[in-house]
Amino acid sequence: MSPVQNVPAFSILILMLCGILCLVLPRTASRRLADCAIALVAAGNIALLLYFLRGADAYIYSMGEIGAPFGNELRAGMLEAAVASLFSIITLLSLMGGRAHLRSDIGRQKVNLYYISTLFLLCSMLALVYTNDLFTAYVFVEINTITACGIVMSKEDGYTLAASMRYFIMSLVGSGLFLISICILYAVTGHLLMSNIQEGVAQLYAQGQYRAPLQVAIALMGVGLSLKSALWPFSSWLPDAHSSASASSSAMLSGLVLKSFIFLMVKIFYRVIGVGIMRSHAVLDLLLVFGILGMVMGSVNALFERDIKRLLAYSSIGQIGYIFCGIGLGTSAGVAAAMVQVAVHACTKAMLFCAAGGLMDASGGSKKFRDIEGAGRRDPYAGVAFIVGTLSMVGIPFFGGFITKLSLVQAAVTVGGWRNLLSILAIITSTILTAIYYINVLAIVFRAPETAPTKASEKLREEWKKQVRLDTEYEFAIILFIILNLTIGLQSDRLMQIITTGLSMFG
Amino acid sequence: MNKQKRDRVYAVLCTVLTLIFIAVMLFMVGELPPLGRADNPDINEVVEFYMEEGPEETGALNAVTGMILHYRAFDTLGESCVLFVSAVCVFILLRIDGEASNDTLVAIDRRYEPTGDPILTQTFKVLVPAVFMFGIYITMNGHLSPGGGFSGGAIIGAGLLLFLNAYGLEKTERFMTSGLHRRITALALCFYAIAKSYTFYTGANGLKSFESAGTPGAILSAGLILPLNICVAIVVAMTIYSMYIMLRKGGFNK
Amino acid sequence: MSIFLSNMPEYAAMILFGIGLSNLMLAKNLIKKIIGLNIMDTSVFLFLAAKGYVDNTIAPIVTVSDLGHIDSALYTNPVPAGLVLTGIVVSVSVTAVLLSIVVRLNEEFHTLDIDEIIRILRKRDREDLQ
Repeated sequence: MSPVQNVPAFSILILMLCGILCLVLPRTASRRLADCAIALVAAGNIALLLYFLRGADAYIYSMGEIGAPFGNELRAGMLEAAVASLFSIITLLSLMGGRAHLRSDIGRQKVNLYYISTLFLLCSMLALVYTNDLFTAYVFVEINTITACGIVMSKEDGYTLAASMRYFIMSLVGSGLFLISICILYAVTGHLLMSNIQEGVAQLYAQGQYRAPLQVAIALMGVGLSLKSALWPFSSWLPDAHSSASASSSAMLSGLVLKSFIFLMVKIFYRVIGVGIMRSHAVLDLLLVFGILGMVMGSVNALFERDIKRLLAYSSIGQIGYIFCGIGLGTSAGVAAAMVQVAVHACTKAMLFCAAGGLMDASGGSKKFRDIEGAGRRDPYAGVAFIVGTLSMVGIPFFGGFITKLSLVQAAVTVGGWRNLLSILAIITSTILTAIYYINVLAIVFRAPETAPTKASEKLREEWKKQVRLDTEYEFAIILFIILNLTIGLQSDRLMQIITTGLSMFG
Repeated sequence: MNKQKRDRVYAVLCTVLTLIFIAVMLFMVGELPPLGRADNPDINEVVEFYMEEGPEETGALNAVTGMILHYRAFDTLGESCVLFVSAVCVFILLRIDGEASNDTLVAIDRRYEPTGDPILTQTFKVLVPAVFMFGIYITMNGHLSPGGGFSGGAIIGAGLLLFLNAYGLEKTERFMTSGLHRRITALALCFYAIAKSYTFYTGANGLKSFESAGTPGAILSAGLILPLNICVAIVVAMTIYSMYIMLRKGGFNK
Repeated sequence: MSIFLSNMPEYAAMILFGIGLSNLMLAKNLIKKIIGLNIMDTSVFLFLAAKGYVDNTIAPIVTVSDLGHIDSALYTNPVPAGLVLTGIVVSVSVTAVLLSIVVRLNEEFHTLDIDEIIRILRKRDREDLQ
């Protein structure tokens, strides 16, 4: 066994260990430890990705001497490694980009607790990506829920508390449904490991046994996970939770947490239920319809929003709709398009939330449109990041969003009937709406302050101009984010190749 | 539409949805394998293995303990971490930091509960040693008899709360300081994570681990299961105590 | 009818789950919502425990004298027991976090009604805009 194959297990365990150590370390030390641990994990996962790119095949890593079907297992393939590296890189960049906000939003004594939550959040996301055991997935889904709530509510004001309450309750309903679904699958197959359940399910399906329990289990799995990944109409909790949190929390929540559940869902569809059975199930059509509605409704809501972070949150609902549309098409091209969107949206939305934090700093901490007028001039890094983000979201060639839309349309053309027409129409509508509201934001961000401002506002603006601080860490993070986005846009062929190879390793 | 009407519509909609949900689930349960048959799909080679090979391989007579701390130890590590992160979340929400002195902490003590009752206090004093003893017994014998780290830890935690209410905050906090709580929890969880990392590494790479089953039936047997049970018990007890103290007064004594 | 009687605990579990779910959706009081959530969790444990039960068997704990010739048909299924254990731990932790959020919300808004809290927040938002 090659030493690099230990990366999945040890990246999870290292993050866990560092999270525990943060409890006893002093503040600065825990910050450094968290950064180093995440960087180390990112490096390890990139090494694993390179190992797969050199032609290695997917492998199973048993957690202990005894493997299937008795013990816990991890499974790593090219797609898993790529997603894990992306997640750890973006977590690191989000932490760096929002560091100034962490200082002001979170009590000095509680910074350690924030880093513990972040480390465990990343740990649980990596576990969801790599696990080959459904029950392990449930345990880490719960860790993910609790820590995601923790990073929302660590900015302790009335808004975040109420928002995290709603978020938590919705998430818990989702995990309850997920748990029942696991119980049903266990009752009919007698296994908990993904590969063994798949064998059992295929056999039962061939014999025509336990049809109803299987159908219900698949439906509950779909509903439970789409509750947690904010598929419209289950997304009412998202705008509050994502817009009220601190900048790095918003970036991680919108960029990564939703995606980890979507990845788990794709993994379950491929590796637990099996593609063949999945395609014949009505839940896919449901996901497609709600995905399409989400694409349109998220954009429509965003059009009327006058608050920069809430606008980004509504835009997330729309973008999640694209992912579900891709999954709902049911073909492997559709799922590949969905995975491209996962990667592109993770990079872009995390960058936009960090940049929104910068704009807020340049406008006296307000996130309302009337206050951030011209903030892009006061903080050019955030301004450039918003330009790049807009170009990508709207889908200009050579940017990430273009690849998503192109591959999604290509996937939609091949399926027949109403799916084809509806999804293409939705893509066009949503693209137009996205262009309108993002360009509106750009116009506001770069508009020169009004000619005749009131005296009070003029004074405020003078203050803000002085306050624009020199924060090298934030600037560095934004530059890296922009480079990451451009790389994904320019290297789209390679990205597509990784995803298609990874998906073929899934089966 | 006014608010009352909207609420009514929402309530009706929720009820109808729930009824549909219950109907579907009841139909589904009717199709599930019947209760208690020995030929159900879940009684398969996995159960056979856990029961027939497990006790000799792990040294734990209690097959459930053997399963959760040996074969499915990764799940259980995650489970202890759930407790840990939830305690962290409670700290984020309720811990009073910074300028709050001990006086404020004492002043807001017991905001949400009545103060001590002499009968209860005296009963607690009688019960405390027995409860601690029982908790320790259940933890130490987790691999031999019913019980284990989680149940034993919960009992020890309950014992700590009884002790606190019997003898008062001052006496308890002489030893249960914030520093002790943090160090002991971190130590137990770190030991668990490191020990399991070692066995995961040796297991997956086909190396020989030092772990040995010992003589099944003896207290000091079953490889890592006994130390892991103790770690789990410490984590559970500390979590219960810290959550109680956070809800009660918002912090440890400095 | 016979299948109904034979799967009684599972039926009960599903009805309980529905009760918990409707309580969670309909109750305005946050504490009642949390109780609903706990009913849901408990119903899942009942379902799992019922799945692990096998007629005429004993708890999965062997004695020293049995070693070497254990017959797995004599014992119940140990797997659901482990799963229920995990579920209980998760449910306890989640309840603790939820209750602490409620304590903080009550300090902040002096009410336990979620609608009332949202109304106060909207009002603050409007005042903010003016």
